[in-house]
Amino acid sequence: MTDITCKLLVIGAGPGGYVCAIRAGQLGMDTVIVESGKLGGSCLNVGCIPSKAMIHVAEEFEKAAHAAAGKTPFGLSVAEPMLDLKQAVAWKDGIVQRLNNGVAGLLRKAKVKIVHGQARFRDGKTVAVETETGPKIIKAETVVIATGSVPVELPFLPFGGNVISSTGALALTELPKRLVVVGGGYIGLELGTAFAKLGSKVTVVEVQDRILPLYDAELTAPVARSLAALGAEVLLGARALGLTARGDGLRIETADGKERELPADRILVTVGRAPATGTLGLEELVLDMDGRFIRIGERCETSMRGIYAIGDVTGEPMLAHRAMAQGEMVAEIVAGEPRIWDKAAIPAICFTDPEIVSAGLSPAEAKKAGLEVKLGQFPFTANGRAMTRHGEAGFVRVVARADNHLVLGIQAVGQGVSELSAAFGLAIEMGARLEDLAGTIHAHPTLGEAFQESALKALGHALHI
Amino acid sequence: MAERIIKLPDVGEGIAEAELVEWHVKVGDIVREDDLIAAVMTDKATVEIPSPVEGEVTWVGAEIGDTVAIGSALVKLEVAGAAKAGEPAEAEAPAEQPQEEPAPVPPATPASAPDAAPRRMPTPKPAPARPAPIAAAPAPRRAAGEKPLASPAVRLKAREAGIDLRQVQGSGPAGRITHEDIDAFLQRGPEAPAAGGLARKTAVTEVKVVGLRRRIAEKMALSKSRIPHITIVEEVDVSALEDLRAALNRKPTAERPKLTLLPFLMRAMVKALGEQPGLNALYDDEAGLVRQHAGIHIGIATQTPSGLVVPVVKHAEARDLWGCAVELSRLAERAREGGASRDELTGSTITITSLGAMGGIATTPVINHPEVAIVGVNKIMVRPVWDGATFVPRKMMNLSCSFDHRVVDGWDAAVFVQRLKELLETPATLFVDM
Repeated sequence: MTDITCKLLVIGAGPGGYVCAIRAGQLGMDTVIVESGKLGGSCLNVGCIPSKAMIHVAEEFEKAAHAAAGKTPFGLSVAEPMLDLKQAVAWKDGIVQRLNNGVAGLLRKAKVKIVHGQARFRDGKTVAVETETGPKIIKAETVVIATGSVPVELPFLPFGGNVISSTGALALTELPKRLVVVGGGYIGLELGTAFAKLGSKVTVVEVQDRILPLYDAELTAPVARSLAALGAEVLLGARALGLTARGDGLRIETADGKERELPADRILVTVGRAPATGTLGLEELVLDMDGRFIRIGERCETSMRGIYAIGDVTGEPMLAHRAMAQGEMVAEIVAGEPRIWDKAAIPAICFTDPEIVSAGLSPAEAKKAGLEVKLGQFPFTANGRAMTRHGEAGFVRVVARADNHLVLGIQAVGQGVSELSAAFGLAIEMGARLEDLAGTIHAHPTLGEAFQESALKALGHALHI
Repeated sequence: MAERIIKLPDVGEGIAEAELVEWHVKVGDIVREDDLIAAVMTDKATVEIPSPVEGEVTWVGAEIGDTVAIGSALVKLEVAGAAKAGEPAEAEAPAEQPQEEPAPVPPATPASAPDAAPRRMPTPKPAPARPAPIAAAPAPRRAAGEKPLASPAVRLKAREAGIDLRQVQGSGPAGRITHEDIDAFLQRGPEAPAAGGLARKTAVTEVKVVGLRRRIAEKMALSKSRIPHITIVEEVDVSALEDLRAALNRKPTAERPKLTLLPFLMRAMVKALGEQPGLNALYDDEAGLVRQHAGIHIGIATQTPSGLVVPVVKHAEARDLWGCAVELSRLAERAREGGASRDELTGSTITITSLGAMGGIATTPVINHPEVAIVGVNKIMVRPVWDGATFVPRKMMNLSCSFDHRVVDGWDAAVFVQRLKELLETPATLFVDM
C-alpha cells in the first residue's frame, strides 16, 4: 500500500478531467489524475472522436456510391466502391491512439501524475485506487469528480449479443445488413445515418412523436428528409418491447398500438446517458444530488467543501466542451483565482447529414423567457457556396431581442455548418447585436455569408433573398 | 500645490489637551478626505481624528504618548490647488463623536471676533477630481434580475478586480459593459442612481456561516434556547468612581497603566460574588448539578475583527485593581490579534459584556452557557439627578444583568445588582475589608 499526497486530485481523465489537470499543472499545483480506462474518456475513446471518424468514412463511401450509381449532376462516374470496414475501424483506432498519446504527453508536460485504476472515496479527502500494482491511497486537499457518463441500458434489452451500445457500434468490423436503432436522439441518428450510408437497412424507433426532440421541428425537418432519402425508416411514437423469441429482431409497439417485429442483425440502443458514479463510493460522502447527478453550484462546487464535480456527472448538457470549460475554471478556482460560471452559451452540434448547430436560445425558449424577439432566417438555397458544394438543404436562423437587437440565439442546419458554431458562440459570448453581425464582412463565397444575411434579414434588409 | 495644516479639533466639552495614542498616517502617506489621521485620548474617551481634505502628509506634530493642546498643529498636508497667497491655509480636523458625549458644535467664530488667535472656519472642501461623465447616449437600465452583458474578457477583468458586474452600467450597444466602463467604475466607484431614480436592488449576497461565526451562532442558540433569562437593569451613579479613576490615571506607569472602568467592576464583582457564591457557578443541567466555583474567572466579551470572543481573566479574586487591568488589556490585545490560546478563551465562571460608548441605555445580555449570570455595562451619560433640593449633573451608568432563572431567583439577582451598585457608587468600599 503506497500513499500519495497532493494538492489536487482529479478522478477521471475525460475532456473535463484532463483539461482540469493540465490547467492545474500549469498553475503549479501538485496534481494527480486517476483514470480506470484510457486517457481521454468517452469523448476521445468511444464518443465524439471515433464516431466522427466513422461518419467521415460513411460520407466518403456514400459519395462514391452516389457517383457510381451515376447520380451526380456534374457527371462524375466511378467504379462501385468497396469498403474494408476492418481497415476503417483500424484507421479510426489509430486516430484515437494518437490522441490518447497526445493527452498523456500534455499531462506529462504539465507535470501531472497519472494513476491508472479504479478510484473509490474513503472520505472527502482520501481516495483509494485499485491499480495493477496494488492499492494506492491518495490524500488530496481538493478532489474533482470528473467520472463522466455511460450509455443507459434498457432493462428489457440489456447490452450483449446483438444488442449494442454506441461503443459497440463503433467497434463493428462487419456491417450489419439490418440495423435497428432504439432512440432517435443525436447519438442514434448520427450513427444510424452513418450505417445507412454504408449500406445497412436502418430503422429508427423513437418513442416521442419526432426525432431529435432537443431541437425544434424546423431544424430537424431537413434531417428527417435526408434520412428518408437514405432509405432509413423512422418509426415515431413507437416503443421497443424486447427481443423477438429467436433473438433475430426487435418487438415494438407502433404508434397505433399494434405490435410489430423488426428483423435485425444488430440492435443499437441509444436512449441516453447516465452519470458514472457507481464505483466511486459516493456513499462515503454526503453530497447533495440532483436526481442521479451530483448537484453543483456556480463554481462547480459540491455540497462538500473541497470537492468539486465537472462534466457529465453534473447533468445536462452532457457535452465535452462544457466539461472542458468547467475543468479549466475549477483548476483556476482551486489555485485561488476568482472565477465563476458566467458563460452565455454552450453550443451544441448534431453530426447528422445535414448537421445541426444551436447556440443560445431557440425562438421558443426566448419567448418562454418572456422576451419579445426578432427572427431572421436565411436559406442555403440562396447561398452560392452551398450550391457549389451541392448541399443546399438547410438555413441559418438568428434570434434577437426586439428592443435592443441583442443576439440571444443562433441555429443552423446544413452541410458542414458545425464549423459555424465558432462564430455563433463568439457572437453570443461577446454580446453582439444584429448590427454587429450585419456589419461584419463575411468572406465570399462561404456558408458564413448566410449567417450575416440572417442578421440582415432580421433587420429587414437581407440582400440576397 | 499648497500646504494645509490640520489642527487638533475640540474633542469635548472643557477639554484643553488630549493624549495622542495612535497615528494612522506617517510622512509621505497620501490621505483621502475622511481618512483617519490619528486617535487621541482624553480622560473620557478615545477620539478618532479624520482628515478634512485629501493630500500628502509632509509633517506630523507629535509622537505617540505626547499631550497635544487643542488647536495645535497635528499634521501638515500638501494638497492640490492653489494656496492663498501668503500664509498656508489652516484647517481644523472635524472631530468624530467623542465616545461618551456628543461633541458640542464648535461655535462659529467670525474672523472679526475678538478672539486671541484668529481661527478660520474649515475651508470648503475642494471637490475631488472626477472623470467627466461618459457622454454616450444613456443606455437603457437593465431590468431587475437581468444578466449584465459583457464580453468574456470584460467579465474576467471585472472578476479579477472584484467588481460585481451587476453594479456596472454598460455604455456599449444594448447596454454592453466595456473595458472603459470597468476602468471608470474602478476610478469613481458605484455610480449614484440617476437623478430622481431610486433603483430597486435585487441582489442577494450569501454569506456562509462558518468558523468563529458558526461557533458564536451555536453558542447563542444554545444559551437562548436552554436558559430562561431574567434581566435586571439598574442605574449606577459613577461620578465618584470616575473622579477616582481620573485621579489614579493622572500618573500612569508601566506597572500601573491607565485604568478603564472594567477593573473596578471586576473588583466589585469579586466582592459581591464572595457574598453570593451561587452566582459564580456553572449549571450542568443534564446532570442536575450547579457547580459553585471558589475561584472567580471573569470572561470579558470582546469584539475582534472576526467576531465575538470571550477571553477569561482567571482568578480575579487574587488580583488587585491593576492586576485585573494589566491582565485584561493583555488578553484583549491577544484576542484582537487572534492569538489568544484556547486556555485563555475558556474556563470563565461569570462574564462581563461591555460595548463602551456604544453600550446603549439598556441591553439584554445573553448568558454565556453554562454560566448562570452575566453583567452588562451600558454607556456613561451625564444625567440630571435630583439631590433632594435641586437637579445636579451626575455621571450615570446603567448595568444590565441577566441571570439563569432556573437556578437564580429574582430576589437573589436583585440583591447582587444592588450590591454592585453600592460598591461602585461608593468606590472606597471596594478597597476596604468589610
